[in-house]
Amino acid sequence: MIEIKHLVKTFGLLTAVNDLSFKVEAGEVLGFLGPNGAGKSTTMKMITGFLAPTSGSISVCGHPVEGDAREAKQQIGYLPEGAPSYGEMTTQQFLSFIADVRQLSGSQRNDRIDTVIQQLHLEKVINRSIETLSKGFKRRVGLAQAILHDPQVLILDEPTDGLDPNQKYEVRELIKGMAKDKIVIISTHILEEVDVICSRAIIIANGRILVDDTPQALLAQSPSGRLDDVFREVTAAGNLS
Amino acid sequence: MSNFAFKNVGVIFNRELQSYFATPVAYVFIVIFLVLSGAMTFNMGGFYERGQADLAPFFNFHPWLYLFLVPAISMRLWAEERKSGSIELLLTLPITMLEAVIGKFLAAWSFTASALALTFPLWITVNYLGEPDNGVILAAYIGSLLMAGGFLAIGACVSATTKNQVIAFIISVVICFAFLLSGFPIVLDFFRAWAPQVVVDAIASLSFLTHYASISKGVIDLRDLIYFATLIGAWLYANAVIIEMKKGS
Repeated sequence: MIEIKHLVKTFGLLTAVNDLSFKVEAGEVLGFLGPNGAGKSTTMKMITGFLAPTSGSISVCGHPVEGDAREAKQQIGYLPEGAPSYGEMTTQQFLSFIADVRQLSGSQRNDRIDTVIQQLHLEKVINRSIETLSKGFKRRVGLAQAILHDPQVLILDEPTDGLDPNQKYEVRELIKGMAKDKIVIISTHILEEVDVICSRAIIIANGRILVDDTPQALLAQSPSGRLDDVFREVTAAGNLS
Repeated sequence: MSNFAFKNVGVIFNRELQSYFATPVAYVFIVIFLVLSGAMTFNMGGFYERGQADLAPFFNFHPWLYLFLVPAISMRLWAEERKSGSIELLLTLPITMLEAVIGKFLAAWSFTASALALTFPLWITVNYLGEPDNGVILAAYIGSLLMAGGFLAIGACVSATTKNQVIAFIISVVICFAFLLSGFPIVLDFFRAWAPQVVVDAIASLSFLTHYASISKGVIDLRDLIYFATLIGAWLYANAVIIEMKKGS
């Protein structure tokens, strides 16, 4: 379970995240929506322990992110925005490095590396340096890295950005397949994605939660039956207030 | 950040070292270091003309060689991570800041050590030509390595302040230059004009040159070792603090 209480993050005068509180239970796939600059990535960076909150608390599977950082980080697989990695390394070297940091060893280590290579279809690029790969492959290497240690919590910042429709479909299937007993938080601009894979959607704008509901309930709100319209209506109202 | 683990330092160390050799950087550095140190020893240092069986002409140029070559090694340590965004990946893995800082530093340091070790033909040469005091040569190698560590720690810290490797390089050179020169009268006179004597003495004792010179004469004094250890420790600590402050930007 992830428990976030009164989370605030300010950068100078700018309040990026403003008193955010929510819980995510195992088995939930939470879609994190909001306009650019709403505070989605900042929130994810705080859950993963990259940024320290200005105030408030986060606990991941019972481990406070500030205080028991190593344990909390061990539970999380994270795909940062833009899927950064080490360009000069080959896919194989990069995944081996991640496996070492994640303290996988022996046959389990090789099994996991082989499994993610298969799941994300990286066989062809295994010996190529990451900087020479296409955007789609880079994203998939980033995803492979995130799921390598079979984490309890998966935090994915725009996981399907830059993928073609077939790859998007496969990644969504992969996330759905992993979601059964895990916590998945994804941020996305693609609203159809929320409908397809998420069991819950949170729309935030200006660092505050505007809506926290199931995608179905959101759809029901809209006369047109389209999530885009709900999104526009909710976030536009948030901007005016 | 609690529970420091050497195993994690090792993982970071290996990755970092691997990436030196994945690009031409490592080979270019080693070749240039060997060519320059050889040229300086024989042409500028007068290795043969002196008629003495020692490596003083070789070691005397190390501070000046390191001044430009070591910042070239250290400039990418953090600047590149910040520029590419991989720092976000690195610092959300289950490692602590300290482990990352030390792992990266040790990788850069042992890389410089390997370049230094490759100058062994000079040592063979001088032993072939005469009977040098090999104890002094060993001490000088240790001193040189410690000095390289000091330069690297400064460079690593500066690299943490910027996303731009060129800026990291130039600022590192300037700071290292200040640390080299701080024992020279021209610098001390500048401070003497307005600062109390204690401060002037403190600045004089900060100089790499004074500490390196005594070690390279074969005297390994505990004070010189403490000097380099403190210097490296302080800059690496500053490195960690700066990354903590700036990682989000």
